[in-house]
Amino acid sequence: MDFNYDEEQQALREAVRGLVGRAYSDFESRRRTVAEDPGFSEKVWTQLAEMGILGLPFDEEHGGMGAGAVEIGIVAQELGRVLAPEPFLTSVVLAGGLVAAAGSDEQKVGLLGDLSSGASVLAFAHAEPGSRWQPTASAVTATQSDDGWTLAGVKEPVLGGARADLLIVSAALPDGGTGLFVVTAEAPGLTRDGYRTHDGGRAAKVTFADTPADLLGDEAGDRSGIIARVLDIARIAACNEAVGAMEFSLETTAAYLKSRKQFGVPLNTFQALTFRAADMYVSLEQARSLATWASMVLDSQGGEDAAVAAARASLGVSRAGRHIGQEAIQLHGGIGMTAEYSIGSYTSRLTALDHLLGDGNHHLGLLAANVSGYDEVDPLP
Amino acid sequence: MQLALSAEDAEFRDQMREFFTTKIPQEIRDAVAERRELTREQFVESMQILNAAGLAVPNWPVEWGGQDWSPLRRHIWHEEMQRAFVPQPLAFNASMIGPVIAAFGSQELKERFLAKTANLDIWWSQGFSEPDAGSDLASLKTRAVRDGDEYVVNGQKTWTTLGQYGDWIFTLVRTNPEVKKQAGISMLLIDMTSPGVEVRPIELIDGGHEVNEVWFTDVRVPVENLVGEEDRAWDYAKFLLGNERVGVAPVGATKRALAQAKEWAATISTGEGTTLLDDPLVSTRIVELENELLALELTALRVVAHSADGKPHPASSVLKLKGSELQQAVTELTVDLAGPASIASGAGDDSDLPWWTRRATPTYLNFRKASIYGGSNEVQRQIIARTILGL
Repeated sequence: MDFNYDEEQQALREAVRGLVGRAYSDFESRRRTVAEDPGFSEKVWTQLAEMGILGLPFDEEHGGMGAGAVEIGIVAQELGRVLAPEPFLTSVVLAGGLVAAAGSDEQKVGLLGDLSSGASVLAFAHAEPGSRWQPTASAVTATQSDDGWTLAGVKEPVLGGARADLLIVSAALPDGGTGLFVVTAEAPGLTRDGYRTHDGGRAAKVTFADTPADLLGDEAGDRSGIIARVLDIARIAACNEAVGAMEFSLETTAAYLKSRKQFGVPLNTFQALTFRAADMYVSLEQARSLATWASMVLDSQGGEDAAVAAARASLGVSRAGRHIGQEAIQLHGGIGMTAEYSIGSYTSRLTALDHLLGDGNHHLGLLAANVSGYDEVDPLP
Repeated sequence: MQLALSAEDAEFRDQMREFFTTKIPQEIRDAVAERRELTREQFVESMQILNAAGLAVPNWPVEWGGQDWSPLRRHIWHEEMQRAFVPQPLAFNASMIGPVIAAFGSQELKERFLAKTANLDIWWSQGFSEPDAGSDLASLKTRAVRDGDEYVVNGQKTWTTLGQYGDWIFTLVRTNPEVKKQAGISMLLIDMTSPGVEVRPIELIDGGHEVNEVWFTDVRVPVENLVGEEDRAWDYAKFLLGNERVGVAPVGATKRALAQAKEWAATISTGEGTTLLDDPLVSTRIVELENELLALELTALRVVAHSADGKPHPASSVLKLKGSELQQAVTELTVDLAGPASIASGAGDDSDLPWWTRRATPTYLNFRKASIYGGSNEVQRQIIARTILGL
């Protein structure tokens, strides 16, 4: 057992920290970037591609780097530290992950090659009004005719849905089950109404009206198991991104307590405040342990264990994210409420990450339903 | 990064598991599992079995009976022991005075005490806290005045756990009242049968007699019983309390207690074929606790895997704080599971109520101590705020 990052992993962290740090360590430049569509920097996206980050999880034969969940976690943490708005999580880990898991060989080479090189941005159109955090689709339906497949219905919110060059879409199949499809940006009958999200990101209402779509993979069939698996992988990446954001929130809060003076003394004179910062540290380290562990579980085995690890990490990180996010604003006082200062945006991002793929109580419910099925939780395989 | 234990470490774990579950008498392990007070003889028997196998004081230097184990193996040893409900080696001997004598004591003290300390032939008590020196330990007032080849000790210690069994007591005393409070403290080893030593029991809120006051009235202590140098004991105490913090994140024991609580919850009917474990308010509470314990265990493993380079991992301060909170939370859960039966704490074994319901509240009350001893959780927050966050 070893919880230390090796030299290559350290180097990866340094490289990503350097790149996104140059772009966003000045919070004002992050503000400028998210103010304009598409809500991220195409230049930074290209730089990430050149560094190999956009192909990190994919096999080398498909243009990727063949890296594991621990490496994905390192990148996610570093993006989280500076609130980098580039859609690594949704485009690479989630949409790209689905192509890698369900695509045909030809699709993997083509779609993942373009994604890895930065030529094409993907989005996963999955969430539907009236349902939440399921691995299945019902509001968007797929129909097969002699001309091929068409989709009908509404997906919302689709993160990065307006900018995406290609959409990976989940849809109810005629004979039951949930299929996966690829829809191009120019497809007829596709309408995308984009908008800003509270964390500076972008999302869209995506409407399909007899929109032509290609099957992801060689044949139709229920893909909900694959969707569930890739959602779990993305959950663990999201947990790591949240750890990066929490880490920076605590560092920033501690620095503020030392520099800000009231009543003629620095705020860290007041134990009522420093003790709360100490509790934030406890939450951070507990969350970091879970996120790191879940990444290692993902790398060491698949299936059910990874699903449980994703749920456990999501539960712990959800609790920690709320605690740290709320306290970070409170310990800053009024300045924490302003859009100009960074800390509130971290809380906003943590809130978005919490609700993107399933919040703490969602995972708590899943875990509690099986509480009698085991004696105790053993973290080692 | 690698989650699995190496084949060698996995084999080591299996050996520990086998030993603890087969070599320690079942009735002793049952007593621990059922939260019963152990007798002095049970503590001694268990520790002597461990010591004969080299498993009582692995944290000591090898020449004095320790093991050249990695921090991970020490962690595995500790966890497996708790998992099997084996009483841990008496902390005052194994984690406190033994390592201090080994590190700072004279050769004469080492030869005189260490073997007997490891084998619990001597039962040590701890004489640190005083009525006016708790978290602020350096304010202690017990005086030791040099008189020829002896010190004369006067004062009072308190919270002396299991002092009623003690043969010897390691004591912090003030030898120089003229200097900064931390700079005038010495450590004396005092034979508790010395004239002028008096142990008075303190009854606690759980009804038990676990701690004591120890009074010293003109107690004469030979100067060779001084540990290390005069006036330098604050450093030794910090070393000792550093060891204490490692031992007080009882992950394995709390995991077992929570697993027991689940079993118990499943025995309490809430209607047609359902039990308390089916109640979402209960099952989600259990899962939240399991999850926090999982995070704590992983944090402990991170600390263990990191401490190979000798410097403590910054996250180690989390262990005492969170470890005690979770330990307490599981005792609280157990009282709630017991419901009205939790009130029957005075009922004997002829009661129709299961033993765990009758012992739930005394255990809950007893474990309020966990966030106070070994550096209260407020002291831990202070350490985190100051030394980690720089506040």
